[in-house]
Amino acid sequence: MSERERPSARTYGVLAFPVGMLVIFFLIPFGIMVATSFYHRIEGAFYEPAFELANWQRLFQPVFLERALFSIGICLLAGFVCIVVAFPFTYFLTRMRRRPQVALLIVVLSALSLSEVIVAFSWYILLGRASGVSNILVWLGVMNEAAAYQPSFAAVLLGLCYIAFPYCVLTLYPQLTRLDPEITEAAQTLGASPWRTFWTVVVPIARPIIVAGFLLVFVFTLGSYIIAFFLGRPEHWTLSVFIADQASANANVPFAAAMAIFLTVLSLVVVALVGFIESRTRTT
Amino acid sequence: MSQGAVDVRGGLKLEGLVKRFDDVTAVAGIDLELPPGKLISFLGPSGCGKTTLLRMIAGLERPTEGRIFLDDDDITDRPAYTRDIGMVFQSLALFPHLNVAGNVGYGLRIRGAEKDRISSRVDELLTLVSLEGMGDRRIQQLSGGQRQRVATARALALEPRLFLLDEPLSALDANLREQLQVELRLLQQHLGITTIIVTHDQREAMTMSDLVVVMSAGHIEQVGPPLEVYRQPGSPFVAGFIGRTNLLRGEAAGDGSVAVAGRPFDIAGEADRTGEVTLSVRPEAALLVVEGVPERNVLPGTVVFVRDLGELFECFVDCGLDEHVIVAGSPRDWVPVQQGAQVAVHFPAEACVVVVP
Repeated sequence: MSERERPSARTYGVLAFPVGMLVIFFLIPFGIMVATSFYHRIEGAFYEPAFELANWQRLFQPVFLERALFSIGICLLAGFVCIVVAFPFTYFLTRMRRRPQVALLIVVLSALSLSEVIVAFSWYILLGRASGVSNILVWLGVMNEAAAYQPSFAAVLLGLCYIAFPYCVLTLYPQLTRLDPEITEAAQTLGASPWRTFWTVVVPIARPIIVAGFLLVFVFTLGSYIIAFFLGRPEHWTLSVFIADQASANANVPFAAAMAIFLTVLSLVVVALVGFIESRTRTT
Repeated sequence: MSQGAVDVRGGLKLEGLVKRFDDVTAVAGIDLELPPGKLISFLGPSGCGKTTLLRMIAGLERPTEGRIFLDDDDITDRPAYTRDIGMVFQSLALFPHLNVAGNVGYGLRIRGAEKDRISSRVDELLTLVSLEGMGDRRIQQLSGGQRQRVATARALALEPRLFLLDEPLSALDANLREQLQVELRLLQQHLGITTIIVTHDQREAMTMSDLVVVMSAGHIEQVGPPLEVYRQPGSPFVAGFIGRTNLLRGEAAGDGSVAVAGRPFDIAGEADRTGEVTLSVRPEAALLVVEGVPERNVLPGTVVFVRDLGELFECFVDCGLDEHVIVAGSPRDWVPVQQGAQVAVHFPAEACVVVVP
């Protein structure tokens, strides 16, 4: 066997760092969580090591399954809305001149500095009756009296899209910047209007990155619980809200752990499914 | 093929074309009439405005001033996708998400042609560019030359009135480039389609064109058939850009004689010219003389450098001018000289072309 085929100690040394990080910051915590999900909860106190399936059995009650499906549904919808808005936005951003392009990018990315709590509160106020945007419409004479737009499903969706939008732009931007302008020009010399060029050339070329941006928003919003909690009624709460509620308010960490693992597995299934569909339907 | 010798579409007329980007003038007023069915090259150094001019013809750039007519239709305000032109881009700009057939048939698909018609036309075009049976290949699997052919086939799919190429071969290595130059030229002659090719390579322009448009700094320096431009350059710029040349400055007496560095020269044309003139003499037209030196049209000098390129000998001679005089010759009639040898360079009268009044 030649020297080249046998990985040297150096190769292992290089791998040690990322593997070590993964083990310490992902595998061990995840293992603890899996173990905790089988622990026994002591009513009115904390929990003790045990092995029981009570938490998992409780999970398969209709209410939690329904919440899980709702979470996946609203987060897929958030991913869809984000892509529909962010893709044309980012595309036209990359076609702009350098100076306004950078300025606009900074504005979008500065939204990243806002914590989820601040975003949720801001929308809570903006969509409320007392001092929300509807007051401006009343002042303009468009509406008769101020209205409250939260709590509602639309408010939750809006909040989720708002926090995910910059990440979505950030995912699309590098690829769209690299898209050779001559490619769209070629389509135009072949008789395609700008609109058809966008649909027959830009979107298909960008398909993998569109799917990546969509999945990023999906996974990212699945973990958000403050937005749904502030801007929605209980029927708009995602599973994450229940996880947080169980972990902090009810101090039922074993059940929260079971729900968290369940949500992780579900989201992985969705990601794998979308990836599979994407690769199967790619044009040859 | 519906294109044939009778097809005389594709006459192009440019009137006072100007293009300014902010405060940079890329094209500074161009008037040009190009005959249909010919291959015309826009030749010039980078930044001379040749690509901008081509992009205005394609409709990818709006002229600041001036009009563009294609077969007497004013197409200045028509967007690119209604102009009936085919274009090959410098980057080739093939669609990476489509295979070869998808690329070639794209224009037909946009036009809403039937599937059968698209596939038969694609086969026809692939045969035309010698890529038979490669329709299923992915673009990423193709070599540089094959990609170039796909781009050509794609641009010709809709039988455009005008075929534009923007430095289409610049990414290829020298041998392949020469081969494709010949292929493209033969294809153009076969189809009889009006073709404009932008290039900075004078050999490419000479190989392919019926007409060369030499450009510099946003304006036209000279228009003419390649050999005429080569033999009768209208300015020192053209003389230097189309091949290499020796420029000799002198005083014309008005009787067909010119004094170059104090030595008597005869010139064949423009004998009545007086005052300061510049003579252009091609390296292959100049001769090295060691014995039997003529009295007129001669500069003495020292050989600085000799190189044997196999097909060609070249000799750099210091004659006391601003630049070394270059003398080139084929191995058959070459006088062997050594570095440092004292020689005379003979510039035959018929080879001395006056380029600056």
